[in-house]
Amino acid sequence: MTDPKVSIPEALNALSAGLVLLSAFAMVATRQVRGVVRFFVIQSLLLAASCFLLGYSRNSNHLWTLGAITVAAKAVAIPWILRRLLPGEFYERREIAQAINIPASLLLSLLLAILSEFLVGPLAAASIDSVIRINLPIGLAGVLIGAYSLIARREAIPQLIGILAMENGAFFAGIAIANELPLIAELGVAVGVMLIAVVTGLLSRNIGQTIGTTETGTLSELKEEATPWR
Amino acid sequence: MIQTISYNVMQVVFILAFAPLYAGVLSRFKEIVQSRRGPSILQPYRDIWKLFHKDQILSEETTWIYLLTPYLVFVIPIFVAILIPVLTDFPLVFAFMGDMLAGGFFLGLAGFFAALAAVDTGNPYGPMGASRTRMVGFLAEPVFMIVFFTVSFVAQSTIPYIVQQKWIASPGAFFAPAHILLLIAFLMLILAEGGKIPVDNPTGHFELAMIDESKGLEFSGRGAALMKWGGQMKFLVLACIFLNVLVAPWGLAHGPALFGVILAVPLILLKIFLFAIVLVVIESSLAKLRLFRISEFLGAAFITAVAAMVTSIFPGAQT
Repeated sequence: MTDPKVSIPEALNALSAGLVLLSAFAMVATRQVRGVVRFFVIQSLLLAASCFLLGYSRNSNHLWTLGAITVAAKAVAIPWILRRLLPGEFYERREIAQAINIPASLLLSLLLAILSEFLVGPLAAASIDSVIRINLPIGLAGVLIGAYSLIARREAIPQLIGILAMENGAFFAGIAIANELPLIAELGVAVGVMLIAVVTGLLSRNIGQTIGTTETGTLSELKEEATPWR
Repeated sequence: MIQTISYNVMQVVFILAFAPLYAGVLSRFKEIVQSRRGPSILQPYRDIWKLFHKDQILSEETTWIYLLTPYLVFVIPIFVAILIPVLTDFPLVFAFMGDMLAGGFFLGLAGFFAALAAVDTGNPYGPMGASRTRMVGFLAEPVFMIVFFTVSFVAQSTIPYIVQQKWIASPGAFFAPAHILLLIAFLMLILAEGGKIPVDNPTGHFELAMIDESKGLEFSGRGAALMKWGGQMKFLVLACIFLNVLVAPWGLAHGPALFGVILAVPLILLKIFLFAIVLVVIESSLAKLRLFRISEFLGAAFITAVAAMVTSIFPGAQT
């Protein structure tokens, strides 16, 4: 239960926290590559909204800048880069062959969310700030669920989105704890994330051009003396 | 005392009177969104009127279950309507007679008899629809339970009148992740229970694809009218629970003055019609799921509900 004296921006931050968690689940549950990217954009926009709200309530220019960087890098640049690098048919692809099917994946990511509440709960309970109490466990859940989808997905782009979702989760926890990180670090992270997108996008484009698929799950067949080429 | 009893009667009359209108408005909205004209919003009233004036035909195979079911399906939403806040946000005389769990049991009883009656007729489509409804039902049950437990945990009460006060108490409680996730889970539950589009197509006329509709195929005359009206009331009651108890009790009457209660009627109608627009947008933008994908849909609802529970019960979430 939340403190009755929560201010409106902080209450709205809680709203966006709930939706961030939901979009993390949605990214695990979506089959279509395009859908995964779309939910990632939604999650990044929610993250930016949280930045703006906290920036407003804590009077921190730093968080405002951070929100703007998030929108520019994750909601605009990364989808654009991926769209430019990969032909449209990768986005239309459905029924991604996953290592674990979707209902089981959802249950596992639910367990991860419970785990993160369980781990961070006592830590967050020690804090008086309601923002920390909400953002910390949900941010950790975002990191764990992103890492999980990195393992369970077998298609290059959703795996990339998994990495980026991990970053989103860490970011979401971070904005609650640290008001004044040096801006250069945040810029570095934003550029780094874009570089990851470019490198992975180029790599999977080349792989896709050479062997006609971007399913990383079947890439192990390409190992040295393994099965003859079919 | 007399006053609160009369308000309770007003709530029941509200549900009785406006349930067909709501069904009519929903279908009309949907037709408009899909750029067709559609029937008048009063069409459900005309259908019910027409059915009441037709003869009821009984198959030789049926038993008392078939005769009893339409009455049960009709009466049970009325029972639930006296337990929940429809027009007022202060507890009425029967408010403490049963809680939300009792409401769930009542609706479950109606569903149980409707399924039995469908099997009772011997029509091959009836049992098929009944078994599919049961499938949706038992997948929806855990979601309902988790939503119910979380709500009662957060509000420290299971009486709907007390629960709704929790959400207006503070913006912190209203926007808490637990509340938002609960709302989404319950919305998915309403779509499943009300036979709306991602789960079931209420306007479909193909028996093999029906889920909810095929249970009522064998009913005729008065029975069909009561089944139809009861189904519409059940949906309106669910919408009232969703809007008045879970979303927010805006527009409800605060004090025992008669004027306030009468003023609440148009306000609640407005709120419910706004909800209808949301439902129509959902229904028009999604495709009906394959039968075996329904478990995934309700699985997602379950995950959302459990996530709501998780964010509300661990020590970090509490003050």
